[in-house]
Amino acid sequence: MDSIKTLIQVKNVCKSYRRGDLIIPVLGNLSFEIAEGEFLALMGPSGSGKSTLLNLIAGIDKPSSGSIIIDNVDITTLSETELADWRAANVGFIFQFYNLIPVLTAFENVELPLLLTTLSKKERHEHVNLALGVVNLTDRMDHYPGQLSGGQQQRVAIARAFVTDPTILVADEPTGDLDRVSADDVLGLMVRLNSELGKTIIMVTHDPRAAKKARIIKQLEKGSFNAACEADI
Amino acid sequence: MLLAKLIFKNAFRSKLRSTLTILGISLAIIAFGFLRTVVEAWYAGVEASSASRLVTRNSISLIFPLPISYKEKIRQIEGVSSVSYGNWFGGIYIDEKNFFANFAIEPKSYLDLYPEYIVSDEHKRAFLKDRKGAVAGQNIVERFGWKIGDNITLRGTIYPGNWEFVLTGIYKGRDKTTDESQFFFHWDYLNEIVKKTVPNRADQAGFYLVGVKDPNLAVVISERIDRTFKNSLAETLTETERSFQLSFIYMTEAILMVIQIVSLIVIIIILAVVANTMAMSVRERLAEFAVFKTLGFSGGYILLMIFGESLIITSIGGIIGIICTFPAADAFASAMSNYFPVFIITKETIYLNIAVSFLIGIISAVFPAVRALRLQIAENLMKVR
Repeated sequence: MDSIKTLIQVKNVCKSYRRGDLIIPVLGNLSFEIAEGEFLALMGPSGSGKSTLLNLIAGIDKPSSGSIIIDNVDITTLSETELADWRAANVGFIFQFYNLIPVLTAFENVELPLLLTTLSKKERHEHVNLALGVVNLTDRMDHYPGQLSGGQQQRVAIARAFVTDPTILVADEPTGDLDRVSADDVLGLMVRLNSELGKTIIMVTHDPRAAKKARIIKQLEKGSFNAACEADI
Repeated sequence: MLLAKLIFKNAFRSKLRSTLTILGISLAIIAFGFLRTVVEAWYAGVEASSASRLVTRNSISLIFPLPISYKEKIRQIEGVSSVSYGNWFGGIYIDEKNFFANFAIEPKSYLDLYPEYIVSDEHKRAFLKDRKGAVAGQNIVERFGWKIGDNITLRGTIYPGNWEFVLTGIYKGRDKTTDESQFFFHWDYLNEIVKKTVPNRADQAGFYLVGVKDPNLAVVISERIDRTFKNSLAETLTETERSFQLSFIYMTEAILMVIQIVSLIVIIIILAVVANTMAMSVRERLAEFAVFKTLGFSGGYILLMIFGESLIITSIGGIIGIICTFPAADAFASAMSNYFPVFIITKETIYLNIAVSFLIGIISAVFPAVRALRLQIAENLMKVR
């Protein structure tokens, strides 16, 4: 019997923000685990803390207390520089508004995270061609983001996210800015990355149609999970 | 390579803003280099002065002369190798705007003391032979279209009347730093006329030029000369040629100070302009820097991008400015050659311009870089759209 490895452990995580003298609690004492190869959708109303939780797991923000252990590394103890290196090696990001660099072509945008690896130029180009092939954009590799549709830009962003072969992929409202057809396209790609390449994906979404593509849906409300709403599909 | 391309493209993301900033830097560098050259031109006489020449003048003031009899006494002082003398004539050629320096000199010893004035043997012989002869620098010869043998009339100001000369020689400078806009004629000719017209002003020299055997003993020899004439009717003040030239500079020190302050202000203004450009450029792209940080680009990469971008803009502006300084200086030099006979952009000025461009690039990127380094990724990712 195959044992499922726990990839992400969130332990007693609290997060609050300070606005002047005011302390605004966002997440309260969250603890949960995510198995390797999982596809998790985080849902919840605006202000429920889902993006904050995603940022904490992705290592772009730090919790006020608690620990986040990913693949046996407690990322809450890492320095800024160590965290940057860790993100470069372990996390692929997909943003709602694609966040491509407008002065670089699709090819160059995908190549960007590979600059932080030890790959040679030839190897980098092989990786980029492969990634653009997966998202079916080889013919648009020399186009700038402004010359691509929203769906195509998001596919480039997905290629950029997995080109380094990261441990986890995090996606913040990846279909939030797309029409139905493009959204289905993008979600289909994410499902393929999860099922065929075994990528662990954590996705924040408002869209129930998008959430249904995930295998687990967790519902956040006022910084805590609403167990009643959690679904294991 | 990709990073270099990214930095270059970012530098020209807002083409109009970058072009205007580059234009501003170019103009500032031209102004800075130009003003510095003006200051250097002011000091040209000082720079061209020789360590082996002393100037002896009346201790009260330069306008008071010294008896011509001092010549032999000075020559006998230990350490002195040669003595010459002369008078500032202050003549005007046709119109006051045609200003050039003109001196009555003892020709042989004077030219011997100034090897940097190169006169052909033929011209020198002709000059020494003709009491009304004159030697003029190449610069003023070209300016007024004179030829050898031309009669030149100067209207005297200190020594009234019209003074006729024959151009018997032309001197060229040994190098670009030598003033080629002076006019020399025989002191004997001046003295001869003065004896007839204003006898009480005859047999007097405005200054003595003293050649010394050992420049290291210049101070000692100066003291010996001044001691010789202590308690006489005309006490002397002897100093190195450099000090003598500097005493003229000190008279206009305030003007030089103003020029230097203005050049500094020009740099401060352009620094503010470039800093503003970089601040705007980085502020507009904070979300993009947040993306770079998210992808794992460390602070070093962020600094490289921002400083690189700033340095590209200032380097291009600096190079254009330096290139344009030369024609600007040439135009100024030809228009103002009577006031600035030596107007050369020195290597030091070019190096300083390069350094200033580099410094502007570095300093103006500091605050935007700090801001980009300190940005909170999560907070700035939300700023997209």
